[in-house]
Amino acid sequence: MSTILIFLLQFSLIPLLSPLFVGIIRKIKARLQNRRGASIFQPYSDLSKLFHKNEVISHDSSWIFKAMPYILFASTLVICVGLPLITTGFRNSFSGDFLVIIYILALGTFFLALAGIDTGGGFGGFGSSREMTLAALAEGGFIFSMLVLSVIAHSTNLTDIIGSVSSLPLISYLPVLLAFIGFFIILLAETGRFPFDNPATHLELTMIHEAMILEYSGKRLALIEWAAANKLLIFLAIGANLFFPWGIATSLSIPAILGSLGIFLAKLLILSVAVAVLESSIAKSRFFRLPDLLLTSFILSMIAIGLIF
Amino acid sequence: MNSAQNIFFLALSLFSAGVVFSILSYNKERLANIFSSTFAILGSITGIISAVLVLIYNQSFSINTPSSFPILSYTFKVDYLSAFFVLIISVIALFASIYGYGYVKQYFGKYNIGSLGFFYNLFIAGMLLVVTANNALFFLIAWEVMSLASFFLVIFEKDKEKNIKAGGLYFYMTHAGTAFIILAFLLLYRSVGSLDFDIIRNNIALVPAFTKSLIFVLALIGFGTKAGIIPLHIWLPSAHPAAPSHVSALMSGVMIKTGIFMLIRISLDFFAGGPLWWGILILTIGAISSVLGVLYALAEHDIKKLLAYHSIENIGIILLGLGSALIFNTLGFQSMATLGLVAALFHTMNHAIFKALLFMGAGSVISKTHTRNIEKYGGIIRYMPLTAFFFLIGSLAISALPPFNGFASEWITFQALFAGIRLVSDSTTWAFVLASGALALTGGLAAACFVKVFGITFLARPRDEKIKQISESSFSLTFSMAVLAALTLVLGLFSGSVTSILSKVAGNVTALKNSGISPGADPLAIQSGDSFASVSLPYVFLILGSAILIVFIWVKLVSRKQSQRRTITWDCGTDLTPRMEITATGFSRSIITIFANILKPSKEVEIVYHAENPKYFPKTNVVNLGTKEVYQTYLYEPIHRLITRISELAKIWQNGNVNAYIMYIFVVLIVLLIAGALK
Amino acid sequence: MPNLFSKILSTSKTVIEVKDLKPNAEVMKIGKKINAKVKKLFGGSLAIREVDAGSTNACEHELTALSNCFYDVERFGIHFVASPRHADMLIVTGPVSRNMKEALVRTYDATPDPKIVVAVGDDAIDGGIFKGSYAVLDGVDKVIPVDYYIAGDPPTPTDILVSLLEILEKIDVNKTKLAKD
Repeated sequence: MSTILIFLLQFSLIPLLSPLFVGIIRKIKARLQNRRGASIFQPYSDLSKLFHKNEVISHDSSWIFKAMPYILFASTLVICVGLPLITTGFRNSFSGDFLVIIYILALGTFFLALAGIDTGGGFGGFGSSREMTLAALAEGGFIFSMLVLSVIAHSTNLTDIIGSVSSLPLISYLPVLLAFIGFFIILLAETGRFPFDNPATHLELTMIHEAMILEYSGKRLALIEWAAANKLLIFLAIGANLFFPWGIATSLSIPAILGSLGIFLAKLLILSVAVAVLESSIAKSRFFRLPDLLLTSFILSMIAIGLIF
Repeated sequence: MNSAQNIFFLALSLFSAGVVFSILSYNKERLANIFSSTFAILGSITGIISAVLVLIYNQSFSINTPSSFPILSYTFKVDYLSAFFVLIISVIALFASIYGYGYVKQYFGKYNIGSLGFFYNLFIAGMLLVVTANNALFFLIAWEVMSLASFFLVIFEKDKEKNIKAGGLYFYMTHAGTAFIILAFLLLYRSVGSLDFDIIRNNIALVPAFTKSLIFVLALIGFGTKAGIIPLHIWLPSAHPAAPSHVSALMSGVMIKTGIFMLIRISLDFFAGGPLWWGILILTIGAISSVLGVLYALAEHDIKKLLAYHSIENIGIILLGLGSALIFNTLGFQSMATLGLVAALFHTMNHAIFKALLFMGAGSVISKTHTRNIEKYGGIIRYMPLTAFFFLIGSLAISALPPFNGFASEWITFQALFAGIRLVSDSTTWAFVLASGALALTGGLAAACFVKVFGITFLARPRDEKIKQISESSFSLTFSMAVLAALTLVLGLFSGSVTSILSKVAGNVTALKNSGISPGADPLAIQSGDSFASVSLPYVFLILGSAILIVFIWVKLVSRKQSQRRTITWDCGTDLTPRMEITATGFSRSIITIFANILKPSKEVEIVYHAENPKYFPKTNVVNLGTKEVYQTYLYEPIHRLITRISELAKIWQNGNVNAYIMYIFVVLIVLLIAGALK
Repeated sequence: MPNLFSKILSTSKTVIEVKDLKPNAEVMKIGKKINAKVKKLFGGSLAIREVDAGSTNACEHELTALSNCFYDVERFGIHFVASPRHADMLIVTGPVSRNMKEALVRTYDATPDPKIVVAVGDDAIDGGIFKGSYAVLDGVDKVIPVDYYIAGDPPTPTDILVSLLEILEKIDVNKTKLAKD
């Protein structure tokens, strides 16, 4: 019985917590701008309001426009099954592989880009173009940063990686650190943060992620915003749990789970603060400078692989 | 005499009947169409049955029929590898023929259907002979039949001059490739003394190491021209679009794989592996072809040319698997070599299926809109919903997204490359690292390209008024697309079982005969050999499906009181014209600009002014965005100039002067007499 | 970068508390009554889309000032969005010039229900200084149904902020105290 509860907790932790972390990042950014900012639970109010609004849908759109938010949100949920958050007790061999995670996220992005083109407005099309360009270039860095961990752990299963990296001696930690820097760049790219994209911009000509969702309203918009928050939390969780896995529970006992939950939230908080502080310090880059940054991420991971041997 | 053998010859005779009956009914269009399609369909079905009998029930066979010509004998040998390729050819031929029955109707009254049927059946029969021939000369005859039949199919729509030029280029390139193949076989004959493949396989030790490498390089160039590796690919983007769409599906899906088939045969089966540089060379060629193929595809907005470039990209991915298999074989990691070969074979099959599906979808759209230019499409999902849906499935498969078959084969290719990074401990690791980087980049760029193709073709508003008049294609077209789309999903879900069959096929080549290890016998999961990785696509599919269902139900409950309203797209207050939608050129311009050094984009501007003096007010301004022809300029034209220059040098000797020729004879006579006297 | 952060940490707080907001008297005229349920829906989170229907941009300057570190409208859950599809409230400024009439109607059409329309500035209420001109339509309510007016040419950010909070019934203007304090 408790196993089922813990599994449900693990499965629903990301959708439940993701708006909170979006709120925390916004709050920290507001404080750094000398404002007070909205409460950290504000994204929850935003989502609940959107779920209770009517929708307006364009004549020009097709079933892809209507189906995309569900596919996007579901793709973020699928990852929760294979990504250990608070315990490694649910190791499975069918969805814990890191390539599956990368490509399921790519599936969501594919449909998101299609929906951007679907309505035939000017902004959605070029938003899709930029999003697919960055996604294509970021994939190499993403795969390689996870590959570094897999080579260290002799397995691509995320649970095994956690086990291996947590027992790594400090001397061999340098490749993991380099891979983490590469991974952090990819995190910023895939979740649309500075310097890749400004999540709060109103200038359509500079938008990447927001441009594709300009036509959405009501419950579908709520699903997309929630899915974007999920994606941010998934990346933060991968960063926290795979690169710095100390503190995660290895069993399914309640005290271990509660302790692991606390440590997990603390790690996520530290990473969120890092993201918010980084966003407040740098400006959004010009689009054609971004491939250089993504290539840097790839090269860092390659150096890390070289250092393992 | 076993049943697989009988059924295989039945298949060949059905195709021959198709050839004969098509040409007999050359002036009765409908009858010719019915005959050619029916015999092709029946031939394909029997081909599938015979291949399945060989693969599942182990009925491989071999026949030897000597002929009057001493070194030629009509020998067939169908082992697992040949049977696998017979299966791929027959499956794609089956659906291409069903599709072709409806598709060819648009040519009634314009071109001769009888000749189409003649060459079509001859083409498929030629391909079947190519993968089953066991004698080098017989193989070359079959190869030539296949190439010539496809040449005539490429120039079928002979009123368009572009098609004739494409056919001409194809003709020259394929014969140049055949010349290299003939050279390779002649070198083999010189060392082994026979043209029979079995004898060659058994006596390979007679070939000295230098000749082996020479034969390998010649075969690589010759079969690589057919397969379409960079830089020998220049015929592919013009020839595949020129042919009718079901023939393009066959050419792109199956014919270029015959090049891969012979590469596998020669490197792993005859030679049983070779020095390390063979594998590294193929790995490099694969990496370059995959990345460049997809980059060129992004720059195109002719839908069939774009799909042809994607074929080059996927051949690159197949070669990544083959290259890693060769490297592992040389280094002694037999189970990983099997994994690499399984990856190559799996991707061969998957690519054949989703490429045929995509070409059929493109053909369906082209037959209704009469243009291949994507910039004139738009909004077709409203008028051709079934074609759009199946094209979407094909796009998902080629972008390697789970749970379709493209993901399964690319996953296994990744595992083979990752195995290289982990297990190999010297500098060859870096070849694997760069190859993995290339594969990751290719996967992402392919997804970007298909978002562009699907989005601009099918979504948003029509960019041309004529689009609003079109309607869905007929049943034979949509049926064949539907079955192929279902196959992409089925092969993805059952990838575990498929890989176990493929490892049986891979274990049959001479190099891997004693590995005895199969990379995974779990029917529900695909695995890399040594418990490094495993993934179960049925479970992923199930979880994804349940997640979508859960979300749908939850949202329905939460927002049950909310309504929807339909209105125009948010247009910022101005009227929406088709020009406001994203164009194909605009979509890919970011990527082209990023890779500008490789793609060398060009921009030509033509301005016509109202008055010549002064040039202040433009009347029309035409901007042409394109990419330069890199290979023509930097590789083929220099070679062309070099050959022309060498030929011109010969003019010094062959100057037409009879007196000079008599002097040559005199001089040679003196030299021979002196040489004979000195002996 | 250390300079940046030391500067951030050493700057004093500038956000004006609600109790210190001093609006001009009688800043808001009630148009039509809004459903209480709608107000409750938007009480937690309000998305505003600003439409410039031919204004002098004075009101836009003041609206932009709402997001700065003095007024900080985000702390009340109010934020500005780029697309009318995302919006709950349309703030319209300007006397609605002829060229912007169709655009304004389409913007209103593109916003999903339930929505609130607020006309900000004297121009938007009845034409203001442009009243009677051939080029304007004399006020937003001639084009789309308006729920609230905020008068002023332009109204100060304090006025706009207090009016918004009154619209959402978070504040009683006579007491200038936050309702849920």
